[in-house]
Amino acid sequence: MKTRVEEIDTNIYELKSTNTTLKKSIGLSPDIIKEISKEKEEPEWVLDLRLKALDYFNKLDNPNWGPDLSMLNIDEIATYVKPKVDNKRTWEEVPDDIKNIFDKLGIPEDEKKSLAGVGAQFDSEVVYHNIQDSLTKQGVIYVNFDVAIKEYPELIKEYFTKAVPIMDHKYIALHYALFSGGSFVYIPKGVHVDFPLQSYFRLNEKGAGQFEHTLIIVDEGATLEFIEGCSAPGYNELNLHAGCVELFVKKNAKLTFNTIENWSRNMLNLNTKKCIVEENASIDWVMGSFGSKISMLYPMSILNGENASCSYTLISFAGNGQNLDTGLKVIHNAPNTKTIVDNRSISKDGGICTFRSNVHIGKKADNSKVSLSCSSLMLDSISKSDTILVNTIENESVEFSHEASVGKISDQVIFYLMSRGYSEEEAKGLIVRGFAEPIAKNFPVEYAVEMNRLINMELEGTIG
Amino acid sequence: MLQINNLYTIAEDDHNKHILNGLNLNINPGEIHVIMGPNGSGKSTLANTILNNKRYIKTEGNIIFDGDDITNLSTDKIAKKGIFMSFQTPIEIPGITVAHYMKSLKESMTGEKANIYKLSKEVEENMAKLNMDKSYNSREFNAGFSGGEKKKMEMLQLLMINPKLAILDETDSGLDVDAIKTVKEGIKAYKNDTNALLIITHSMKILDGLDVDKVHVLIDGKIVDEGDITLAEKIDKEGYKEYNHED
Repeated sequence: MKTRVEEIDTNIYELKSTNTTLKKSIGLSPDIIKEISKEKEEPEWVLDLRLKALDYFNKLDNPNWGPDLSMLNIDEIATYVKPKVDNKRTWEEVPDDIKNIFDKLGIPEDEKKSLAGVGAQFDSEVVYHNIQDSLTKQGVIYVNFDVAIKEYPELIKEYFTKAVPIMDHKYIALHYALFSGGSFVYIPKGVHVDFPLQSYFRLNEKGAGQFEHTLIIVDEGATLEFIEGCSAPGYNELNLHAGCVELFVKKNAKLTFNTIENWSRNMLNLNTKKCIVEENASIDWVMGSFGSKISMLYPMSILNGENASCSYTLISFAGNGQNLDTGLKVIHNAPNTKTIVDNRSISKDGGICTFRSNVHIGKKADNSKVSLSCSSLMLDSISKSDTILVNTIENESVEFSHEASVGKISDQVIFYLMSRGYSEEEAKGLIVRGFAEPIAKNFPVEYAVEMNRLINMELEGTIG
Repeated sequence: MLQINNLYTIAEDDHNKHILNGLNLNINPGEIHVIMGPNGSGKSTLANTILNNKRYIKTEGNIIFDGDDITNLSTDKIAKKGIFMSFQTPIEIPGITVAHYMKSLKESMTGEKANIYKLSKEVEENMAKLNMDKSYNSREFNAGFSGGEKKKMEMLQLLMINPKLAILDETDSGLDVDAIKTVKEGIKAYKNDTNALLIITHSMKILDGLDVDKVHVLIDGKIVDEGDITLAEKIDKEGYKEYNHED
């Protein structure tokens, strides 16, 4: 383990690019929203939607459960930050200081090696988007979400806000008032994308918010693996991420949605993700949550078609000062639908991990199956881990299984490994890596490596 | 090689009673020593105390190994100086394969990055000595292993580490005939003229055929009798009555 830790270049998370900002708006008002909309040259209906959403944001209360969000003052957040660059299609065109950061994060390299397409967002705007020509020829669309509004208005009108309505909760209303950037993906019927598409989100400006919108449609019989990665440098000011992901998986289609998130420790991560799954289709959520000060993140699957299925492979690691409130929500709306969950959480140095599972089995969901497994590992006695399950079952022919385990690394385990020459930290590292392994192996290879690296950094206390 | 002088220990959670009560022990290179004693006599405490398990606190005396005072050295440093202890109940590490474990074990012990090719060859050779199949490599370390299989893993680590002194803490307890055979094969593969072995045991089974130098009888944290292998044979038949103990 020692040798691996030494390989880590922690500087990449501390990189701050200065002098990259062209335009910046602070706070929230109808005028600011009108300005953003004008800047983006949006159609009228989009501006109307933004203003309606702003109304909801002002009317809705903070959630009365979960972590305390009262420290968030939207008037202090930079709600729109335009970097000094337009959307580029070749990497060379991206300005050096922005390119540098993505280079160090390995983004263009990954693209060459193993990706079908890449998008990179810097603060509020997408700075780079590229997709393999062979996919474009098959009708695959992968563009900046702002571009999609102009170029694919029919698809946007049909799907946008249809999975996640604008009044769902306070911070989704905020998202719709301020959304900027993100990705739009359409995979036509029967097309199999063999390599993953990846979007990378970087929030660079201090005290800023990022509100990207991701909309993915996987049409009948098609398959796609999508990866999103998130990071930000550490600042003292509070940053806010209120993104939104809307996914539509059509009949016989399959989508894998991977997220590896390493926001800095000044980030409030209030992200909303929903997937509508049709007959015989599946969504696989694979998610690693490492960073942020507070995360509230509960990807939802709505299983609308017969034989639809969803799986959740989740891991979160909360260190000092972090409160990671994650989980899932599933609605079983049709017969023979299936949910499989494997959640693992690790907490250390007073970190808090809460796992919420909310599974609803409707009357129509005959012979549905749910298998929930959640384990947590606490590395010391000051850290916390909670599991909160709320399940409603309205159908009798359901198979529901649930396993939970809460563990601490016992002194005996540490003593055993120390008697084999491991230092105490190395011993803990080995146990944690073993604990995380079933999740790590579900990530694409590069990301599994990245995850191990993040775990090592968490253990060493080198982030945040 | 190992010298224990007038050692007293108490348990971390019970300061009222000494578990080791002025214990003395001297082991030279090449020797095989056996500690026998009834339940609760302090046998396992002795092994744990040598490795400086935090559950036990030393109140008096010291432990010298290869001329250095290791009384208060941390467990990993004691291990790196060349003392190995085989556990009664080894731990399980789900998610970490045996191959991965062996690599990190080697790296922890040597402080250097392991050469994968050389390492896997070494693991295979040692597995062969213990009649273990290569397929163990891809199993998760001790997860779901039988008691016998876990003891095999202990012996495999003994051979991989190749320490100067190996302490076998009731490695033979609860094992069937085949598993005891494996442990003996492990001992045979390990033992040479320069290294030493301290066997803590209840029974004779594991000693059969070993060239034992000294047998110590431990009662109430103190060595009350010493002799050659015939002492072990006598205890095996008669128990500890002679030492005013029922067990």
